[in-house]
Amino acid sequence: MSIFDLSKEGRKGVKLPKNDINTKVKIPDNLKRKKDAKLPELSELDVVRHFTRLSSKNFSIDKNFYPLGSCTMKYNPKIEEKAAALEKFSNVHPMTVSNDIMLKDIQGSLEVIDMSEKLLCEITGMDAFTLMPQAGAHGEMTGIMLIDAYHKSKGNKKRYVIVPDSSHGTNPATAAMVGYEVITVKSDKEGVMNLEEFKNAMSDEVAAVMLTVPNTLGLFNPYIKEICDIAHSHDALMYYDGANLNAILGIVRPGDLGFDVTHLNLHKTFATPHGGGGPGSGPVGVKEFLREFLPNLQIEKENGYYKIKKPIKTSIGRVSPFFGNYMVTLRALVYILIVGGEGLKNVSKKAVLNANYIRTKLKKYYDMPYDKPCMHECVLSAKTLAKEYGVKALDIAKYLLDFDLHAPTIYFPLIVKEAMMIEPTETESKESIDYFCKKMIDASVLARENAESFKDFPKTTPVSRPNETKAARELDICQK
Amino acid sequence: MPYTPHTKDDISLMLKEIGLKKEEELFDIVPKKLRAKSFNIPESMSEFEAFEKLKNIALKNKTDKVLFMGGGYYDHIIPACVDALSLRSEFYTAYTPYQAEASQGTLQALYEYQSLICRLFEMDITNASMYDGGTALAEAALMSIRVRKKDKVLLDRRVNPVYKDIIKTYLKTRGFEVVEVGGNGIEFDKDLILKEVDDKTASYIFQNPNFFGSVEDYKEIIRFLHDKKALAIGLFYPISLGVLTTPGEMGVDIACADGQSLGNYLGFGGASFGIMTAKKEFMRQIPGRIAGKTVDRFGKEAFVLTLQAREQHIRREKATSNICSNQNLMALRAAIFLSSIGKEGLKELSGLNMQKSNYLKNQLSVINGIEIANKAFTFNEFVIKLPIDSSNVLKAFAKEGIYAGIDLGKFDKNHKNHLLVAVTEKRTKEQMDKFVQLLGEMI
Amino acid sequence: MIRYTKDHEWIKVEGNEANMGISEHAVSELGDITYIEAPEVGAEFKAGDTIGFVESVKAASDIYAPVSAEVIAVNTSLEEEPEIVNKDPMGEGWICKIKLKDKSELDKLMSYQEYEKYLGEQ
Repeated sequence: MSIFDLSKEGRKGVKLPKNDINTKVKIPDNLKRKKDAKLPELSELDVVRHFTRLSSKNFSIDKNFYPLGSCTMKYNPKIEEKAAALEKFSNVHPMTVSNDIMLKDIQGSLEVIDMSEKLLCEITGMDAFTLMPQAGAHGEMTGIMLIDAYHKSKGNKKRYVIVPDSSHGTNPATAAMVGYEVITVKSDKEGVMNLEEFKNAMSDEVAAVMLTVPNTLGLFNPYIKEICDIAHSHDALMYYDGANLNAILGIVRPGDLGFDVTHLNLHKTFATPHGGGGPGSGPVGVKEFLREFLPNLQIEKENGYYKIKKPIKTSIGRVSPFFGNYMVTLRALVYILIVGGEGLKNVSKKAVLNANYIRTKLKKYYDMPYDKPCMHECVLSAKTLAKEYGVKALDIAKYLLDFDLHAPTIYFPLIVKEAMMIEPTETESKESIDYFCKKMIDASVLARENAESFKDFPKTTPVSRPNETKAARELDICQK
Repeated sequence: MPYTPHTKDDISLMLKEIGLKKEEELFDIVPKKLRAKSFNIPESMSEFEAFEKLKNIALKNKTDKVLFMGGGYYDHIIPACVDALSLRSEFYTAYTPYQAEASQGTLQALYEYQSLICRLFEMDITNASMYDGGTALAEAALMSIRVRKKDKVLLDRRVNPVYKDIIKTYLKTRGFEVVEVGGNGIEFDKDLILKEVDDKTASYIFQNPNFFGSVEDYKEIIRFLHDKKALAIGLFYPISLGVLTTPGEMGVDIACADGQSLGNYLGFGGASFGIMTAKKEFMRQIPGRIAGKTVDRFGKEAFVLTLQAREQHIRREKATSNICSNQNLMALRAAIFLSSIGKEGLKELSGLNMQKSNYLKNQLSVINGIEIANKAFTFNEFVIKLPIDSSNVLKAFAKEGIYAGIDLGKFDKNHKNHLLVAVTEKRTKEQMDKFVQLLGEMI
Repeated sequence: MIRYTKDHEWIKVEGNEANMGISEHAVSELGDITYIEAPEVGAEFKAGDTIGFVESVKAASDIYAPVSAEVIAVNTSLEEEPEIVNKDPMGEGWICKIKLKDKSELDKLMSYQEYEKYLGEQ
């Protein structure tokens, strides 16, 4: 039943504040709404029961293991919600930044921004940060715009952005959104971007190279320094996609490798909740020479007092209304403070340990496109199972759901057939991982013994194998 | 170490399985010369210590003031059930609903959110949320350029200045033209808009009520735009739609909004979401995730993410946008908010805002020296022209625990000593009378 | 005469006109087709131009002009029933009818046997 099906005329929910004034202003006819909005009429209990029941149909980190490659579904510490509930942070009106008189009242909020930016600089080896971008893709757009501004300021004529064929879809989509053509460079047989092909693709017309380290296969490119040097020799800037930072915290910093711009995913590496798809946060860090292009809402400290910097002409402008998803930044800050320096290094050690453990346990049962040590995620393939038994990665994914295990990422990266990308993260215990491996092994055995049975999975979830074709051909996206 | 459960035994067993002796060997693939040059992050601390640290920083904020500030972000009630339900960990620690069978809660909530928004705005289609009102407008501008295959967008001067900045940032890099139109007034000058619409114009973007609070009739402009095959893009204020003309009624092609007013905290601007709705002919051009209803293999009602072929993970550089994450949890909060407020509740809430704000406006208008700058009808915001320095007014009010409004002189030199004042259902007669009294005394 | 392109379009030529669509191979790769964006009647293209796209649940592919031509008709039944392309991609699933500008361009395309060989090499 939907919220509309539960509606009953005359039911009231929330009681509103009193109307204590006598004004009876009338709206001019041509400005008035003609028909009432067909919102439901429900009691508060109706609403609470309905959404509580909906929530029970969800998988969530608090209940289930999510070995989703590229997503870093680590545990979200509850202290984060407590910090976000501090009224003195959650009730601040954003327009207070527009007026010096009010700035003295928001020194706490501004200090959070300053602390966060400084910590993120040190973690990544960058010189300045902007917290404005509200998600990874938003950060990518901001980063490429910064690079674009740099090139335009120098009068460089740039046309292309290079991405590897293993890249996340947001990379080429971002390049196109900012106005660049995409050159895709193939990965070599070791699974990293082919150095020779990269050299051939590079030219003075390339504006930027977008890479993630380790890449989406969980593999570290040993030529990363060479790649940076080659790019810089053509005045192409290096962009670091921070989606995989969980593998290298405290061990490698994109700034030290030679990257000029980086974005981070606070909702991945820094344990802020995914919220069912958002809000995220994608802060962008830059090297000093790009500082002048940063979005026009920057803070500065003078005699222990935080102020808003005067806007500068070279800035790319605003990419968000204010400081991005500020309440997400606050959660990430709590996480960084609790975990600390050694803790962050430990995060990566355990993330890489967990992923390699899974790789080692499953390599006999699945195809390994790259049979060598990985970092925080590993990619398996169901290619043989698909070819010989007709059991695809999708079927394995559905099988796992019946055991309260969320499926790994499937069909990504695009360069691996029947790909299953597994990222356990560091917050999973050995027991949890052993159970996952056991079910993955059971699945591969079942595929060989009874491939037919897979089309019935999942059996215990609220629905099974929704018809996506019907959803697209007979579009129903709102209840009329 | 916080949040990693590995014991010494676990580690040695796991390393043995992998065939390594020490944890450090896991990073043998990273050459020593590429290792971090520094990592001066403070030592770890307990939950208690971290929370105390943040609490002490929070105490430096002195923002518990009575808010008469708006400018796109409003002090509205948030029913307790919005927090209680959205903070259920099954909602907030869930992942993006790519595996539909594991996410029916999120997906049905999104479908209901989409339905509520379509009914509120009287539009055919919507997506599952964008980042905020400003970026939603920017994406709408880009969409109009794609759809009409033209390069120019007309932007009404009375759109929120912060959002105007975002639109220009988004359109600049590909050389699309953004032209501010409509004259310099608090209300638009229709002729100045119409004469700018030519065959290079993809769309015209406006805001209703506008940034200054004025509510106007855009229907004639919209008809004109359509005759010239350009699109009408509007930014609306969700709470006002309880009583004001809807974008559907106006014939707007793409209607956007910021969703903060629908059950989301002010959060220093960082706890909101963007609404984007459109006519059904733009179904395949709209960016962002969309939930759809279908059936599963047993014919049971089921929800999925649909039309994913528009999105970046499939279309890559040909995607409608690069957007991946939405503001899912905020959209969920909005759905809970609208469900709790309900049909009659929204009308009443909207009415309260309108009546209370017009009460204050009327009371202020009789103070000698104060002028109401809006000539048009206002919903819950209006501009007062002060005969004295606005900074002095703001300072004096702040001392009394009140934020009197937004100093428009900070956004436009032509609006020196103009204050943008907002009134919501949370403001009492007592608070408003005090406002009038304080201002009267200063003048 | 039927010819195929490297991007899996087919074109059935009769005189100076031709029907065109996407091949069975393309359809099997795409899966259930959900939408077709066809060009408009009267539109003119050079060989290789992007003239539309085909969308399925899990993928989307551009349709390229096999030869330089003008579009003289569009298969409007695909608007309501895109599944026709799945059922009969070479017949009822034709996407548009075109008038060729330069018949010599057909020499650059593949015959059925050449296309089969090409598919085998992929």
